[in-house]
Amino acid sequence: MKLTILYFAWLRERIGQPRETLETGATTVADLVEELRAREERYALAFSDLRAVRVALDQELADFDAPLDGVREVAFFPPMTGG
Amino acid sequence: MRIRVQPEPFDYGAEAGAFAHGAQGAGAVVSFAGIVRDRPGGGLMRLEIEHYPGMTEKALAAMADTARDRWNLTDAMILHRHGAMAPGEAIMMVATAAPHRADAFAAAEFLMDYLKSCAPFWKKEITAEGADWVAATEADEDALSRW
Repeated sequence: MKLTILYFAWLRERIGQPRETLETGATTVADLVEELRAREERYALAFSDLRAVRVALDQELADFDAPLDGVREVAFFPPMTGG
Repeated sequence: MRIRVQPEPFDYGAEAGAFAHGAQGAGAVVSFAGIVRDRPGGGLMRLEIEHYPGMTEKALAAMADTARDRWNLTDAMILHRHGAMAPGEAIMMVATAAPHRADAFAAAEFLMDYLKSCAPFWKKEITAEGADWVAATEADEDALSRW
């Protein structure tokens, strides 16, 4: 499964890029996070505290246990500060 | 329902006036603007707002639809900027129009609470010392529970 992964705000800065594409067998968001954490230190650092991370699947807010079946775009970002 | 996401500054008075002027059938219009607040004692050079193009517009439209389902509104507007802005500039505004004021006030507060925590915007404060991402507060997310 090929996913586009987007990063925003300090997650983007820590990981050092705004987007990437990834071929993965991860079945849930949590699996994907584990795969990313294991890749390099910068990912492990960015995902060290998941309480400070939110996720959207195809531009809809989701939970970390959400399945990735059929998903094309995953976005990781800190809690939002609009308004 | 009108949703606008733009980097350009806007004239809050002119926007609110045009919204009120176009509010056919409404007996009440409520509008609110968020302004870039300087730090206590000054020092904020600018505020930078990052957003998630695509999701932002969808999230704002969904909020406006929910507001229209829950309250008796004749119209609603959300305008939110991204990019760089200076202290004192308007960041965003919401406006609601309804036959009666209770619906207009409640819907405007609902939209504000949801914009704080559920629209994909992230604020960064730039000072002479550096740049800091603005942290979300628990009070902001807690505010959603009242709806």
